[in-house]
This record gives sequence, structure tokens and C-alpha cells, in this order.
Amino acid sequence: MDETWAIETQNLTKIYGSGNTEVVALRDADIRIRHGEVVALLGPSGSGKSTFLAAVGLINPPTAGRIFLDGQLVMDGPRTFTDLRRFRRQHIGYVFPKSNLVPFLSAVENVQIALELDGQSSSVARRRALELLDYLGVADRADHMPSALSGGQQQRVAIARALANQPGIILADEPTAALDKQRGRQVMELFRMVAHEQNGGVIVVTHDQRALDVFDTIYEMEDGVLTRQASQLTVT
Amino acid sequence: MNLAVKDIRHSFGRFVLTTVGVGLLLMVVMGMRGAYRGIEEDATFLIDNVGADLWVVQGRAQGPFAELSRIPDNLSDRVAAVPGIHKATRCVYYTVQRRHAGKSLRMSIFGLDWPVEKGEWLPLIAGRSLGQNHYEMLADKALGLSLGEQVKLGKDAYTVVGITKGMVSQAGDGLGFVTIRDAQAIQEDVPGEAMRLERSARSARATRNDIGRTQPFILDRAAGPVSNIPALGSPPISAVMVTLEPNASAAEVAAVLSSWPDVSVITHVEQRELMLTGPVDKARRQIGMITSLLLIVSAVVLTLIIYTLTLERATAIALLKLIGSPDRVILGMVLQQALLIGGVGYGIGYLLGQVILPYFPRRVVLVDYDLLQLAGIVAGICLLGSLLGMWKAARVSPNEILS
Repeated sequence: MDETWAIETQNLTKIYGSGNTEVVALRDADIRIRHGEVVALLGPSGSGKSTFLAAVGLINPPTAGRIFLDGQLVMDGPRTFTDLRRFRRQHIGYVFPKSNLVPFLSAVENVQIALELDGQSSSVARRRALELLDYLGVADRADHMPSALSGGQQQRVAIARALANQPGIILADEPTAALDKQRGRQVMELFRMVAHEQNGGVIVVTHDQRALDVFDTIYEMEDGVLTRQASQLTVT
Repeated sequence: MNLAVKDIRHSFGRFVLTTVGVGLLLMVVMGMRGAYRGIEEDATFLIDNVGADLWVVQGRAQGPFAELSRIPDNLSDRVAAVPGIHKATRCVYYTVQRRHAGKSLRMSIFGLDWPVEKGEWLPLIAGRSLGQNHYEMLADKALGLSLGEQVKLGKDAYTVVGITKGMVSQAGDGLGFVTIRDAQAIQEDVPGEAMRLERSARSARATRNDIGRTQPFILDRAAGPVSNIPALGSPPISAVMVTLEPNASAAEVAAVLSSWPDVSVITHVEQRELMLTGPVDKARRQIGMITSLLLIVSAVVLTLIIYTLTLERATAIALLKLIGSPDRVILGMVLQQALLIGGVGYGIGYLLGQVILPYFPRRVVLVDYDLLQLAGIVAGICLLGSLLGMWKAARVSPNEILS
């Protein structure tokens, strides 16, 4: 029976350079993530995790291989089949470990901008942004600039922005690196809740072994090769 | 949400410093352009204000401002007899540099044809016009003299009875207005010893000549004042200023006067043209070229500022692209910032100019047309400069957020 996957990649390959300087960052990576599934991606530094995430996130096109998002063929090698920027705006939420926030926007404005870019009015966007910041426990820092926020607070604002447009796909690279254990777990559970509520797919690159039980599936990446480790929960 | 304004708000101190810097640069451009206009105005202000339709000057000369002109004192009577002429007044014009109150005083003297001319047409800001044929002076504000002050010129002292504003020569020297007689006295003044030597030389020349030996009475005259020698004319004047009858044709009157072989006739328009293409031409062109260079420098500086701002925003731009920001939002931010820097810089430059430029030693004239033209040029520079910034912004990849 045909099944529509939230995220599906086929033979995803990324090669940097050519000839003697050629580096294969990703080798025929296949992944299938169901709607509502939360996936952890583990692996040592330089193994290709971020490259994989950038390819699936339509930021860095693959050299070869196909990417389907929500059942739609979006990329086939470097060829694109949709307006990537609009697709990213409407369907993907990103959380990255650094340079996550626009430095000249306050915390609430960093969330608000994602909503305004999607066509929401300023007042509605601000209200929704404040709700998200409140949910993530940083509402009291809403009007602070990123430089006045701690690493953890910045990360939570970035997560709020990633969730703002209720994307079907969330891609997070070390989202809990700057958070304490309790907050880290809360964030992971938040991702899980979002995945279930919005019936989307979530990929989290993490080294945090403390919250692996939150994930439905765990993948490992080594030398650009993606392997499935175990399935922890049954997703229906 | 206006990203350009948010960015400026975030780096407000730097924005202020940048716009003040741009403003100072633009103020210099405005000042140079104003100095250019000032030179033009200085050169033509007297010509425009004196109200003469024609100037009768020394034959083959283009005086009295562009070059020296010396014509007989009584030429005005001959000129006044030409049909179509309402008034023919004499004038004397030259520049002196003397010591006054321990300082150097450089002044252009304009001799008025008393009693016909008393200087009523002059833009007086204090005092009155001339009230007597001797020892009174109207001085321009640029000379730094005050009402009632006495200025020693030659053997006599002249009391300042009126202060004018804006009456300067093409070199920017303030004008002093006295009667023709006084102007000639100042111009012809020589020390007593020089006068004695000249009289002695005249006697010697007459003695060596037959006429001196046969007519001893001539020797007495030669040893006396110049005014006692009928063969010598009265001191020359610089020009005769002609005012035409209301319905008279300047061309026809000029044609009559031009037929006289001993004089040249210059119309009002020609006199202005002579000044602008003569004494002040090189200064004008020099300032014009410096202004052009300054505009090029301004364009380069503004472009670099906008480009550098964009470079510094590369990470933010990459992040905005990552979250799906359309190009128009990002390019709009670059363009708006460029126009804000140019616009605010222009405003600061204008305001600073209003405060600083009046203290320049020469007249700086800010004309609306020039200001609007400069505003247009600044807007154009900002647009062109932002193109480079927008080109850079368009090349920023969202992938850079990962690097």
C-alpha cells in the first residue's frame, strides 16, 4: 500500500569539491519519517549530520538523490520542483545551534517576523509570538535583544520562531545544547507534542543522551552513511 | 515590521555617527556649490544693483571691473546729450589696501557722482546715504567698520555714515562708497615729497624747453599745483553709467555711443558676462571641478557605507532567507537604509550648513535649485550605492547560517 511520508529521502548524496579535493559528505542516505514521528540523528562531529539536515531543510541542495516532503517531490539532485523559500517559510521550522536570531530584532520580533512573512498582521503576529514565548518560559524577556539573552533563552526564542507557523516539518540541530536537563527535556517533549499535534515530522540532531527516550526512531550517521538504530515507539 | 528601521534602532549610535559623517561631507558639497554661486553673485551684485543700462568706458577696454578704464571727467556731459539717455553719471572704481586700526584694510572704492548720486539705491542696513560732497563714506558690513568710525585714506579721514550689506567686489573685498571727488583724491594722493619732486621735474623740463625760456610765466605754473595748469586735464574717471529713457532702445543708443572712437560701450548683460567669463571664470571653474570631485568622493563613500552595512548583515540576511523571507523584503531593507542614510545625512548637512557657512569669509549662496539638484544627486547615489549592497545581499545563501 502506498504511504505518504512526512519526510522521505532516496539515495541522498552530497559531494564537496572535485578530483583530489573531493569529499563525500553524504552517501546514498535513505530515510522515511512518518507523520507524527520524532527522529533523533546521532553521530560524531563531521559525520554529515548537519549536511543531511541542510539538504532535507532545502538549504543546501544535494549533489544527487531525491527529497520528498509531505509526499511532494521537492528536489531531485540540485533540481528544484517548488519555490524553496516559500516552502521553507510555510512548511519547515528550523532550530540551529548558533546565529539563530536576527540580532537587530527583539525576542518577540524574532518570532513575529516569521509570522508576518507568512502574511499575518503585525498585531496578530505579535500576540501569537508572545503566546509562544510564554509557552517556552521566556515571555519576560520578550522585548530584550538577542545580545541580552542567555544561550538557553536564545535557543528557546529560536524554537518559538520555528514553531510559529505551525510547520509540518521541524529540523533541529543541537537544540538543547544550551539548556539545562529539565529545559532540554521539555524542548524534546515539545517537539514530540508538535509532531503529534500537527502530524508532522521532526528530525533532531543531538548529542544529548538524557532525552533519547522521547524519540520514536533513532538514526546514526557515520562518514556520511545513515543507519537506523532502533525503533522506540510505535507511531500510529 | 520595517526591518531597516529596526536595524537602525539597534545600531542607533553608529547610524547617527554615519549620518553625521555623511552630513558633513554633503555640507562641504553644498558649501562648495554655494561658494561657486557666491563668486558669481559677488561679481555681478554691484552691476545688478547700480541700475545702469549701459557703461561707457575707455576705448578698446572692458572696464571698469574686468580691467582698468580711464576716461575724461567731462565725458558724461557728452554722453548725456545723446537722445534716449535719461541719466549719465560718472563713477570711479579701484581697490586700495591700507592700514586701519592696526590691521590691513582692503577695500574697493566706488566713487558716486555727487550730488546726482548719493547712494540711495544701496542696501543700507544702518545709517544713511551720503549727505555731503566730502569726507563721508558708506562702508559694506564685510569691511568690519562701524557707524561713526573714521577711516584715514590719503590725507583725509572719512566718517562712516552708512553700512551696506552684500556690496563686495568680485574678489570679495567690501566696497566703500564716497563721492567722486573724494575717490579721485584718494586715488591721486601722493606724499608731499613726491609732489615737490614732480613740480621740480616739471620746472626742469620747462626750463630745458624753448617755451620755458621764452615764457617765464610758464615756469611759475609748472612749479605750482596741477589744477593751475590748464593744459593738464582734471583727474580721469573710470566709467559713465547710462540710464536710458523708458522707451529708448539700448541697442540704438549703444550704436550711437559705439560710433565714438575714443570709448567703448558695454551693456548691462555684457558687463555681467564680462565678469563671469573674466576675473572670476577660473575661480568658478576651479570650484566647479572641486565640487564635482567631492560628489564623486561622496558617491564612493556612500556606496562603501551601504556595502559594508550589507556585509555586516550577511548572517542576519542568511537567517532571514532561511526562514523564507522574500528577496523584496531583504532588498527593501538595504534600499531603505541607503535612502535613510542619504536623506538624514542630507538634512544634517543642510542644517549644519545653515549654522556654519555664514561664517565663511566669502559669500556662500545656497540656492533652492542647487539644493534640490544635490538632493536628487544624493538620492541617485543612494540608489546606485544600494545596488551594490543589494547585489551582495542577493548573493548571500541561507546556507551561510550553518557555516
